[in-house]
Amino acid sequence: MTPILEVRDIHTFIGQFHILEGVSATVHTGGITVLLGRNGAGKTTTLRSIMGLTPPTRGSILLDGTPIHGKQAHTIAQMGVGYVPEHRAIFRSLTVLENLRLAERKKGDFAHQADFIFELFPDLKRLIELPGGNLSGGQQQMLAVARALVPENRLLLIDEPSEGLAPVIIEQLIAAIQRLSGQVSVLLVEQNFRVASKLGQNYVIIDSGHSALDGRMADLVKDQALIQRYLGVA
Amino acid sequence: MRSQRTSLIAIFVILIFLLGVALINSNSLGDFGITLLSGLFQGMLLFLVAAGMSIVFGLMDVLNMAQGSYFMVGAYVAFDVQHTGGLIDLTNIIPDPNFRFVVAVLAAVLVGAAFGYVLERFLLPSLYSRPIFQLVLTFGVSLVALELVKFIWTTTPYSWTELFGVRESFFELFGQRFSTYRLFVVGMGIALIVAIGLLLQRSRIGIIIRAGVEDREMVQALGIHVRSVFTLVFTLGCAIAAFGGAVAAPFLGASTTLGSGFLLQAIAVVVLGGMGSYAGTAVGSVLVGLAIAVAQDTAIGTSFAALPSITPMLLLVLVLLVRPSGLFGNSR
Repeated sequence: MTPILEVRDIHTFIGQFHILEGVSATVHTGGITVLLGRNGAGKTTTLRSIMGLTPPTRGSILLDGTPIHGKQAHTIAQMGVGYVPEHRAIFRSLTVLENLRLAERKKGDFAHQADFIFELFPDLKRLIELPGGNLSGGQQQMLAVARALVPENRLLLIDEPSEGLAPVIIEQLIAAIQRLSGQVSVLLVEQNFRVASKLGQNYVIIDSGHSALDGRMADLVKDQALIQRYLGVA
Repeated sequence: MRSQRTSLIAIFVILIFLLGVALINSNSLGDFGITLLSGLFQGMLLFLVAAGMSIVFGLMDVLNMAQGSYFMVGAYVAFDVQHTGGLIDLTNIIPDPNFRFVVAVLAAVLVGAAFGYVLERFLLPSLYSRPIFQLVLTFGVSLVALELVKFIWTTTPYSWTELFGVRESFFELFGQRFSTYRLFVVGMGIALIVAIGLLLQRSRIGIIIRAGVEDREMVQALGIHVRSVFTLVFTLGCAIAAFGGAVAAPFLGASTTLGSGFLLQAIAVVVLGGMGSYAGTAVGSVLVGLAIAVAQDTAIGTSFAALPSITPMLLLVLVLLVRPSGLFGNSR
């Protein structure tokens, strides 16, 4: 499989703090790669660096072989990268429909994708006129993922989709993200190892700002000592 | 939900109080009508200064201290274009004063927009992460604008002398003569409130602005070039203030104190309505305008001559005691 995203030894600062001290990761076309690591390891900063929201000061990021480091977030998004941030970032005063329409990059994007989005998340159809702030946490998460599906994205960066959600909602999200696999490539940050292992084909472990390990998820699942060492779960 | 109810109750109580005082002060229904119309007139002028300030603050976190200057510049440009012997004398080219007034307002809007565009595009960008510097810069720009106006038009205040239809006509209600021009400005203000409201609610750019007020970064991550939206909104805000100055000039004339006078009241409106809330600015403008008109009425024949000028701040303090984030503001 050819890589759609290659992150090579990036270093990122937030203010004076050196948060990423050499992170590398690869996402293969049509696959799901999961970024794993303890709290504060640098997973969210890695996604934000790729998206251009917290630009790296060193290293390179290639999207389909084209360098995107140093580009502004809106340009990276226009190149086909969708971002679903931690805590969803739904526009609370905008209706569900307005939240989705806002993500259009060309006229008709939403109309083109509406059937697929409502098939993945049927609840959104009946909530279409409600303000985003009135939705439950699970519904907001669905809307955040749906919003990233409105334009034709090649790559989705999804940050902690299961955070704070009820188990039944998490199952729905897992099913939805699994369906996306094959149509779009995904780089997922997930703290819940059960969810991560269900979704990811590949993984990258980030430890204290470095990418410590990477490989196939199927191999990691079998290595309890490694999981315990880096993720603190057994 | 609860905070919305508190806001609505506060608006209702303020309105009832103001209307009650206006009725007590009035000798007749005609007097009452004059106070109301005067309040709405002042409210609409305040809205024209405050609307741009509020939208710009909501989207860009920039409190534009030069907003009053656009109002003043708008008044001077409109005066200049409308009258004979100005910098741009159009009396020979456009002899019809009614049509010339339309051109004068358009010229003021264009100058205001150009002035705003230059400020946002070339002076503000490096200061977006430094709010104190923005305040200093925009305040500095207002001083430069003031000196420029003095240089071009001197410090002598101008009273509007050129007659044109709506400026000179009156109508009668409850036995009192009302200036049609005040009604015209109120109508223009209401039309603009509706037009900007529709723009914000129905158009794509409006959705982008509302989303940007909540979370600029996420708007950018959706592929929208927020910087160009900043420029557009800032330019629009300045153009609206210049429009306000232009339509106010036939009534208020053009003077170098126009800008500073309206700026303080507009800040009171923006904070009272809730920083960044468009609906709050519209409602706040009407309440402050009415309060000033009622205070002007109350102050007649008393030693409280300063009452009208301190009223916006008194109202602001009262509202902030009940709703610290303003009538329609959020607590961020």
